[in-house]
Formats: sequence, C-alpha cells, structure tokens
Amino acid sequence: MAERVGSMRRAPAPRVNVASLLQRAPVHVAVLVIAGVWMLPTVGLLVSSLRPPALVAQTGWWTALQLPFTFTLENYERVLTTNNMAQSFLNSLAIAVPATLIPILVAAFAAYALAWMDFPGRTALFLGVVGLLVVPLQTTLIPVLRLLSALGLTGTFLGIWLAHTAYGLPLAIYLLRNFFGSLPREMLEAAQVDGASPLVVFFRLVLPTSVPALAALAIFQFLWVWNDLLVALVYLGGAPDVAPMTVTIANLVNSLGRDWQLLTAAAFVSMVLPLLIFFSLQQYFVRGILAGSVKG
Amino acid sequence: MDRAFLAIGVVMVASLAAIAYAIAAERLVGLFPNRHQPVVRPWLWLAPTLVLLLAFLVYPAIQTLYLSFQNANSTQPVGLANYQFVLTDQTMLVALRNNLIWVVVFTTLTVGTGLIVAALADRVRYESVIKAVIFLPMAISFVAAGVIWKFIYDFRPPVLPQTGTLNAALMALIPGFEPQAWLVNSPPFNNLALIAAAAWTWTGFCMVVLSAAIKGVPAELLDAARVDGASEFQVFRHVTLPTIAPTLGVVSTTMVIFALKAFDIVYVMTNGNFETEVIANRMYKEMFNVRDFGRAAALAVMLLAAVVPIMLINIRRFRQQEEGR
Repeated sequence: MAERVGSMRRAPAPRVNVASLLQRAPVHVAVLVIAGVWMLPTVGLLVSSLRPPALVAQTGWWTALQLPFTFTLENYERVLTTNNMAQSFLNSLAIAVPATLIPILVAAFAAYALAWMDFPGRTALFLGVVGLLVVPLQTTLIPVLRLLSALGLTGTFLGIWLAHTAYGLPLAIYLLRNFFGSLPREMLEAAQVDGASPLVVFFRLVLPTSVPALAALAIFQFLWVWNDLLVALVYLGGAPDVAPMTVTIANLVNSLGRDWQLLTAAAFVSMVLPLLIFFSLQQYFVRGILAGSVKG
Repeated sequence: MDRAFLAIGVVMVASLAAIAYAIAAERLVGLFPNRHQPVVRPWLWLAPTLVLLLAFLVYPAIQTLYLSFQNANSTQPVGLANYQFVLTDQTMLVALRNNLIWVVVFTTLTVGTGLIVAALADRVRYESVIKAVIFLPMAISFVAAGVIWKFIYDFRPPVLPQTGTLNAALMALIPGFEPQAWLVNSPPFNNLALIAAAAWTWTGFCMVVLSAAIKGVPAELLDAARVDGASEFQVFRHVTLPTIAPTLGVVSTTMVIFALKAFDIVYVMTNGNFETEVIANRMYKEMFNVRDFGRAAALAVMLLAAVVPIMLINIRRFRQQEEGR
C-alpha cells in the first residue's frame, strides 16, 4: 500500500488485480483512442510530405506505411527552392524575433511602474490594460492600416513590428505586472535602503529574478507572431519579398490546389520551429500558453 | 541572409534603446524637485506603452466606431446604413449564423473534450505523454492546421481510391459508405468540419488548464465522498465539477472570444465559400475585395460589441482581486 500514499486521490485499490484491470480498461482504451485520433493528422501530414508526388495523388498516406518504404525528401527540396519558402522562413524570423523582444522590453517598464510605483490612476490604468486584453484585433485594422500607410510603413518590417508590439503589450503588461507584484516587498525595499536607484533595482534585481516569467512570455509572443496570418496579411499586403510563411502557405493553398505533397511539406517547414520549442522547452511553453489564456 | 542580420541588428538596437531610454528618463526625473519625483517617474516609465496603446489600440477602436457610420471610403456619413446592411444582407446573415454555430460548437467541443481528457488522463500513469500529444497542436499555426485538415477532408470521386483520411476511414468502418466532399457539402457539415479542425488545435489548451484545476481539488473532499459510497462518476459529477466551475467559466469565455474572431482556418480552408462565411473573413473581404470600409468597420464593431460583456466581467473580477491584495 505504501506506493499509494502519494495518490490518495485515485480510486481506492480494489483487492483483486484482474478485476481492477478489467474495471479500469475502459479508461485506458478511451485515453489511448483519443490520443491516437489526435496524433493522426500530424502523422498523416509528415508521412505525405515524405512521399513521392505520383503516389500522393493516387493512394492514401497510410499505404506508405508498408514495405517497401519509398520515402523521399524531394518535396522539401522543391518547396524550399521554387515556392519562396526559404525566403518566407527568413521573413518569419525577421518579423517574429524583434516582434517578441520589443513588446517585452516596453511592457517590462510599464509593468514595473504599475506594480511598484505609487501614483494616482494606477489601478484605473491597470484595469484599462485588462480591458484591452480582449479587444478583437479586427477593431483596429482599418485605422492602423491607414496610419501605417500614411507613414509609408505598409509592406515593411518596421510597420509590422510596431503593430505586433502594440498588440502584444496588454498581455505582456498584465503578466509581468502580476509577476513583478508577487516579488517580496522586503527584497526591493532592502535594495532601496542600500541606496540602489530604481534603475538598478529594475535591471539588477527585478529582471534577473523574473527570467521564468519572461521566458514563458517570450515563447507565447513568439508563437503568436510566428503563427499569425491576419496581421501579416493586412499590413504587409502579401508582397512576396516580405511575406512570412503563414501568408506564403495560404497563397500556396490557392495556387497549388491538390499538390498535397508540396503543401504538406510547406506546412511542416512552418511547424519545425514551434515543434522544436515545444519539445525542448515544454515547461515554459505550457506556462506561456496558459499565461496567455486571457488574451482575446 | 540579410533578413537574419536585420533581425539580430534590431534586437541589439532595441535593447540598447531601451537602456538608453531608461537612463534618459532617470536623468529627466532628477531635474525635478525631490517631492515631485515619485509622481513624474511612473509616467516616464509608462510613456512608450501609453503612446503605443493609444496609437494602435484605443484610438483605432474609437475611429472604427466612427467609420462604421461613414460610407465606403469614409467621405460621407451614412447613419445606420452599414448596420442595416450587416443585419439584413443574406451573406452577412449567413456569417452571423455561422459565428453563432462556431461559438456554441467550438466552445462545447474544446471545453468538453478538454475536460474529458483531463479527467481520464488523471487516472493513468502515462498522463504526461497523453497530455503532450493533445497539447502539441497548440504549437501549430491555424494555416498549417488548415492544410492538415483540408487534406483529411479531401474528396475524390467514388470510383477512385480515397486519399482523404476521413472518407477512407469511414468507408473502412461503415460498409457501403459513400465518400463525401466535406468542405463543399451543404451546411452544417462543412461548418462543423472547419470547427473540428480549429477544435483540434485548441482542445489541448482547455485540457491543460482544466487538468491543473482538477489536481487542485482537495483530496479530503474526494475521499469523503468515496467513503460515503459515491461511485467514481458521482464523485466527479458532485465534487470535482462544482469545485472547478470557476475555471470552466474562464476557459469557456476564452474559447467564446476565439470563436467570435475565427479567421485563419476559414480563410485557408474554404475562404467562406459554400456558406461557411464568418464575420472576420467577411470583414477582410469588405476591406480588400469590396473596398467598403464602412461595412468592414460595422462588422468589427459587432465583434467588439460581442466581447464587451466579457471585458466588463474581467475588469470586475480583477478589481475584486486588487482589493483583496
């Protein structure tokens, strides 16, 4: 019974093991079936992207899972060399990296002020940020598009960095302010008593202790921007030399139609980086997504 | 490769600019008399944020409200004409109906499946593997998910072998099943097909949040119910569910907002054809195909109006939290 101590919440152990197995079998079956169904789409995509084009058009991807295997990297080679995917991959990076860093920098200052400085209007300001969390992007598209085009920034990276920065700010401020606010007051006050200026407290104390929160936020914002279609579509206007992968793939869906082997390869290229982040930083990833749950 | 250098360059410049701004702001604060410094400092720290929020969120939202009462190129007021169009035109009504279907079905599917998986996975030893499998699609963009699911729904005339997973699977399971063109089929099937694709990506999110809540239910409560002779299902129904009700509420509102703004999946998979239109996609078309900014703005305002109640609930919740701090 000793090993059950830690899991008191589970059903009490029935005496006969076979009966227990039979009783719990439906749970195992249900869980495994659901997990299988959930994996199927991704597996199908990966398998299809590795099949010779002629076969993809004729038979289902599951037929590839029998001997003799006929897998090929041809589709990836084609999609990376002829369909603007390599350029789009770099564009996605060029958009997502600054659009992740800049909002976090800007938000960190604001969050610190909202968490630890006393001034009239502080609570109202924070509640305003909470309200902005759920404002649909669509509400801002037309005026921001006009603003960017008046400034000559449509179709430029600078324009989309600014837009993503602003759109990411409410969530970043909300999260960081809650995290900063939970730091021990004594720690900050001790530093101030020692004569540290607000700048030193912020850069030497607050930011270093907040690395987990900053990492979670960075992952969320990066994936948000990397996977975004609407903002890029509207403010970049679909010019191929600046288009990120989401825009390029959406266009390929229209132009390639049923060339599934290329579409699946393209989709997988766009998934590589998020999947790497998922597998290598799963803890931060989950925390980041959860933290982002209030974003509308 | 110039893109890579650009990204690295911007990262460095932005970091230096942030530090330079902070130092400059502190210098500026130092110019004020001591007793005024605590009042001035926060506004300097907040200034970049306030400028960006006002320019890209607050002012545009107000401007959109104004534009929704103007004509196509915003040169003349048209009163409520745009709203009249949005609320009576046939294609618009289809979009509104579909968003309603999205809200109900998407929310039910994601929260329901997420709850079931969270509750069941809690009872097996390989829980973390199961949760990783369900959560993984969260990393995938809706665009990639659209490609994946378009492929699953693929349809070929019945004489040819089916390459779409769904048709092939149903034909193998149900004798005499006729393959269907899922995305073209008359509603509601094609709408449900789109919603299923979106739910596949977001169920993992609901599962993780609800799983955390389920693990937070006090063990004493559960054991007390079991001692009283309650079955595992009754324990779940009468102890676990009521305890996690607040979390269920929060997750559901997040999903509702998501369903209201649904865009990418529809844009990639059907572009609103075959009566699968939704508000956000219609708005995009009004902006870039029809070039009627008045109607597009009216659609945006409808979305905003739909989330205002949620916004007010959130603000109230946080105000209570603030007072408890």
